[in-house]
Order: sequence, then C-alpha cells, then structure tokens
Amino acid sequence: MRRLFQFHGGVHLKEHKKDAMSQPVQAARMPKQLVLPLQQHIGAPAEAIVTAGDKVSKGQLIARPGSAISAPVHASSSGTVAAISEHPVSHPSHLNAPCIIIDTDGEDRWCTDRHPVANYHELPPEKIREHIRDAGIVGMGGAGFPAHIKLNPDDHVVDTLILNGAECEPYITCDEMLLRERALEVIAGLRIMRYALQAKRCIIGIENNKAVAFHVLQEQVRNTGADFIEVIQVPTVYPTGGEKQLIRVLTGKEVPAGGLPLDIGVVCHNVGTAYAVYRAIELAEPLISRYVTIAGSVAHARNLEVLIGTPVIDLIEECGGNRNTLSRVILGGPMMGTALHNVTAPVTKTTNCILVNSTVGDVPLPSRDKHAMPCIRCGNCAIACPIDLLPQQLYWYARAKDFDKVQDYHLFDCIECGCCDYVCPSQIPLVHYFRYAKTEIWAQQHEKTLADIARERHQFREQRLERDKREKQERHKKKRAALKPAGNAASKEDEAKKAAIQAAMDRAKTKRESNGIEPKNTQSLTAEQQQKINEADARRAELKNSPTNKQDVQRDLLQDNNP
Amino acid sequence: MLSAIIALSILAAVFGLLLGYAAIRFKVKSDPMVDKIDALLPQTQCGQCTYPGCRPYAQAIANGEADINQCPPGGETTIIALADLLGRDPKPLNAENGVQENVKTVAVIDEKICIGCTLCIQACPVDAILGAAKQMHTVIASECTGCELCLPPCPVDCIEMVPVGTDINNWKWPFPEETDQQEKTA
Repeated sequence: MRRLFQFHGGVHLKEHKKDAMSQPVQAARMPKQLVLPLQQHIGAPAEAIVTAGDKVSKGQLIARPGSAISAPVHASSSGTVAAISEHPVSHPSHLNAPCIIIDTDGEDRWCTDRHPVANYHELPPEKIREHIRDAGIVGMGGAGFPAHIKLNPDDHVVDTLILNGAECEPYITCDEMLLRERALEVIAGLRIMRYALQAKRCIIGIENNKAVAFHVLQEQVRNTGADFIEVIQVPTVYPTGGEKQLIRVLTGKEVPAGGLPLDIGVVCHNVGTAYAVYRAIELAEPLISRYVTIAGSVAHARNLEVLIGTPVIDLIEECGGNRNTLSRVILGGPMMGTALHNVTAPVTKTTNCILVNSTVGDVPLPSRDKHAMPCIRCGNCAIACPIDLLPQQLYWYARAKDFDKVQDYHLFDCIECGCCDYVCPSQIPLVHYFRYAKTEIWAQQHEKTLADIARERHQFREQRLERDKREKQERHKKKRAALKPAGNAASKEDEAKKAAIQAAMDRAKTKRESNGIEPKNTQSLTAEQQQKINEADARRAELKNSPTNKQDVQRDLLQDNNP
Repeated sequence: MLSAIIALSILAAVFGLLLGYAAIRFKVKSDPMVDKIDALLPQTQCGQCTYPGCRPYAQAIANGEADINQCPPGGETTIIALADLLGRDPKPLNAENGVQENVKTVAVIDEKICIGCTLCIQACPVDAILGAAKQMHTVIASECTGCELCLPPCPVDCIEMVPVGTDINNWKWPFPEETDQQEKTA
C-alpha cells in the first residue's frame, strides 16, 4: 500500500453526485447549429481557414493554431459554415468571442483524410506529439492548456505521469462515468502519453468516493498487464483534483512557486485528455466531443457525450430543463465555475459540467454572491487555503489596490479554488478580489511592455533622424568639395566672358563716340509727356511724406478682412 | 601631538586619493535618476508636459525644472509612482498640461481620404505610421501610443482617435465593491 500525503487546508463539500450517474452515457442529440469558438484553450486563438458557405465534414480542420502555444479546431459534425462571427461564449466578462458557426446537415459524415496510427511504438515521441497537436487536444480538466506541450519532457526526466481522476467538485461526474465506461480506452491513452513523455511510471489518482470506477479501472489495469500503472484512491477533500494538490497527495512533492510539475519530474493530465489521446492516435479522431455532466434543476440529471460546439440550452432541454424558468446556469462546478449570461453559449473542449439553477428549485450552492460583511480576522480562510497562503492579507492589499504587497504575499500562487470564499463567515468574495488584482497586475505589466517598446522605437527614431542629418551634412560637404576644383575652371570661363563683355562695351563706346549718337528718349519731350512725368513725381513725393507708410496700409487691410 | 597630526594628514591624503580614484574609475555616465524617472513615464512621447518627449521630461524632473504632475497620459498612477521615487508628496495633475483620458485610444487613418503627404509619418514619435509619398498611409495599431501628435499636421483631417475596445483577452475583473454598488443602484 502506497503512503499518501496531505496538503494543507481544503474543505469537505456535499457531493451531489448520485443523480447524474443513474443512467449510462449516451450521445447527445445532434444540434441544428454548432458554435465553435476559436479560443477554447490557453494561448493564442486559432485562425479560421474556412469561410462562410464552405461545406465541411466531421473531423475536418477548420481553424489552425495561431502560434506555438495554441490548438487547432475541427468541425464536430458535417454541414455548412454559416458564419464566422462574434457569438456569446462562457466567459466572466459576458463578452462575445469570434466563433465558427456551422449549420449541421444531420449526415454526420466523417472527412476521408484520416490516418490512424497502427502502432505508436514505431513512431518517435515527437511524431506522437504532432499527432496530438493536430488533433486539437487540450487539457480537459478545465484549464485547457494544449496537451502536446505538456507531453513534451523538454530535457527533463519524467519520473511519474499522474492521471487525474479525482474530480473533487460537487455535481461533476463526467470523469467518473468516463472511467466506468471507457476504462480500457483511458488506459490505452495513458500508455501513449507515457510513451510520448518517456515516463517511468504512471499513477491514476481517484477520490475514494468513486468505488465503482476504482474497481473497474483496477481490474482493467490487471487485465492489460500494465504493471507500471498504479490506481490509487485518495481521500475526498476539495480541492484534491487541483494539479498541485494531487501531486502533493500522491508523491509528497511540492511544485515550486511559479514553477511547473515538470521541474520535480512529474506531469499531470486529466483522464479525459487520455481518452482523447487514445481516440486521436488509434482512431484518428480529433477532439470533437467530450463527456459533459448536466446536473441541478433538470428533470433527468445525467452525463452525455456532447459534440464540441453544442449550445448549452440544447443540452438543458434534452435533460428536461425548462428554458423559461432558468435562473442561473453555471459552466463547471459550483466552486470554480463561471455563470453563463447567455445559454446559447456552446460547450467547449474544457466544459465538464452544466449546473442548472431555476426559479422553481434552487440548487444548494456554497455561499457566493451574497452581501459581504466586514472581515473579522477570524483566520478561517488561512486554515482552509490549500496553498498555505494568507487570503486575509491578500484581501486587504487587493482591496487597497496595493499590487506590490499583494504579490509579496504570493497572489500568483492562488489557484482560485474558492475554499476561502466558502469558509468566510463574512461572505467576502475573496477570490473575486484576487482575480481583480491578478488582471490589474497583468494589465499593468502589459502596459509596461508597451511603454518599453514605445521607448525603444522613440530612441531608434531619434537616432535615425540624427543619422539622417549627419549623412545629409556629409553629402553636402562632399558636394561642395567636389565643386571647388570645378569652381576654378569656372572662374577662368567667367574671366573670358567678362573680357568679351568689356570688349563689346568698349566697341559700342567707340562706335557711339565716333558717330555722335545719343539716346533721345528723355529729351525733346512733348508738353503732354512732361506733364505726366511731373504728376508722377509729385505723387511719389506725396507718398514719401505721408504718415501712413506701406506697412500700416497692409495692417489696416488685414484688420478689415478679419474683424 | 605632532605624530597625531601627521598620522591624520596621511590618512586624509590616502583616503582623498582613494576617493578621487574611485570617482574616476566608477564614474556613472548617465544620471541613474533620469533612467528611473523615465522608466515610470508612459512613453507616449506626446509632449503634453511641454517637453519634447518622455526622456527630456524625466531629465527636467531630475534637474528640478519640472514638477511631477505634468503627464496627463500617466495620470494619477504615474504621479504617485514619481512621488514615491522622489520622496515628494503627490499632487493632482496640472490642468494646464491636459486631462487624463480614461480610455486608451489609437489613431486610425481613413484611407479613402488620405492623400499620402507623409506629414503624419514625420510627426509620429514612435514610427507607428507606415506609408510613402503619394502612397496611402496606415497606422500600426499595436505600436501606436495614442499621443495624437499626428492629428494637427494632417492637411485633410483623415486621422481619427479610436478607443481600444475591450475583448476577452484584455478584459479585467471589476473591483468587487464597485459591482456591489452598481447592483444596489440598479
């Protein structure tokens, strides 16, 4: 029996898991329209490579990764691209995001260009990672980090690959149902992941409230004879399903602050991701569907296998929910989920649960969004915090907008699990404060980088202008220098010309003198001409003597024009 | 007595030489204060502080010629940061330099009207406008600091300041108490 460890804090929550597990998982009804957000993962958004009106088939690539840290998007079913436009998605901002909208044709016709890998052992691990990347697989536990990056050991030796089946949030049962029904496929996916990481051993961690799944899995592991896989039950404490918490419980190692599990030789993936990897490699099916729990105020709470992009409202109605009595729909669990503002938002790769509240029967939820009262410094939050932070201190500094101090208290190690919110007797929305502080700090950092870029560009511009000026001066100098010797030659020419002019003038003079011809235009004037000349002279004299000179006249004119 | 005076004189001479050498050997070329102040300024290079750019303003603050409240794009945050750095009391933004715009804007050229005169390119302090004579110009939005220096030189008034919209990537969580108040008033 393996020795288990404990993490600090945590809370015990009422599970509410039974209802949704009463029926086996079925495929959800085909929606009329699929809405596929270009960003369903952490990293750069994908770039659409189809346009409105294109026919697409199931599994066809419709958006390619936007950068190295990104994931492609595939059509979940066959149909016609209706539009690529902004559509409501699940996000706390309630903003729309760019989505590819597909009108399904109901044929569910697979694309023909698929290449299953018969024996993954024959391919190098990089090739496996490429296949996984091309299948658009991201972490399916909720964060949505592209899986191919987390499957790259990157010069580290991976001692333990942990498969996370803890599923610690209330209501959510999709991972448990997956383990019950698809244990073999999950194990097959785990083997492929182990190969990609070249990991020494594997652990599948399951909370001890999932007895059925545990036994099924243990039996299947025995049957496949994979002696490097251990299935281990861990105590049911929220948030055991957190990556760092599960690593702590299973290995006793702590992920360093700001570091990655890889730094301590551990990699942790969700069981859903393993299932997706199996389907991508052995069946050449990209990530186009997932298990989703629909729980809460619906007639038939259950798990469905849902095409990515299915509108949430379709699933609620399929499970007997009433569109008109919905009060609050949460995507994810009650502790960390996001309230939906619009139920036409789609299920994405990271949606594990749809928690429905209605005006008729409200689901009992942990305290949230109630009127906050002053902090009484009871310290319960610090006792509950699984990261061993001081939420109370963080709260004071976040509230005072002291973003340096809040980082001194390790704000960025907070996993936003909501334990502090849950235990706070004053019902202070602590996590909200932490999220506020985090986004403010990110915005400040972003502005700082922009300012640095602007400074660099400005300095470069000044240098360029300086250089241009210098070069211009040098060019002029060169030109002048080039002109100088030519100038001597020119002066000789000038002299020759001057001499010629002088000679011509001399000739004219001698000619005039010898002929005695004088210009006559100012002599022998008629009386009329003489009078005109006198008049003009008089006018000139008058102007000279008058006090208003030319400038004054001009000014007067200007003033007249611009009153 | 005499020996004490001699000893002290020698010590003084030795330390004097040492300090003199250190002053030359470890001379700091640029004023570190100017760099520190410059690092706090928003680098819009807009000139609203009456200096031709952020660095000259930083220089002026370091020399005691300018006050710390002359930067409208930086606003209150910058003033507080400068006050912290210089050990002074923060004061409200000098209204003569302008008012702080709460919304970040970028310049957008109406390409139908642009005549390709290059005047805005010459005015842009961060080379964020792309174009050539008699060719259409355009603003590289990611490089634009929103300084508005390109607006006055444009002979056909084809440049407009457009606010940068909020999308999912740059959205920020609101301050919790503010939302509470909003809900109460609503």
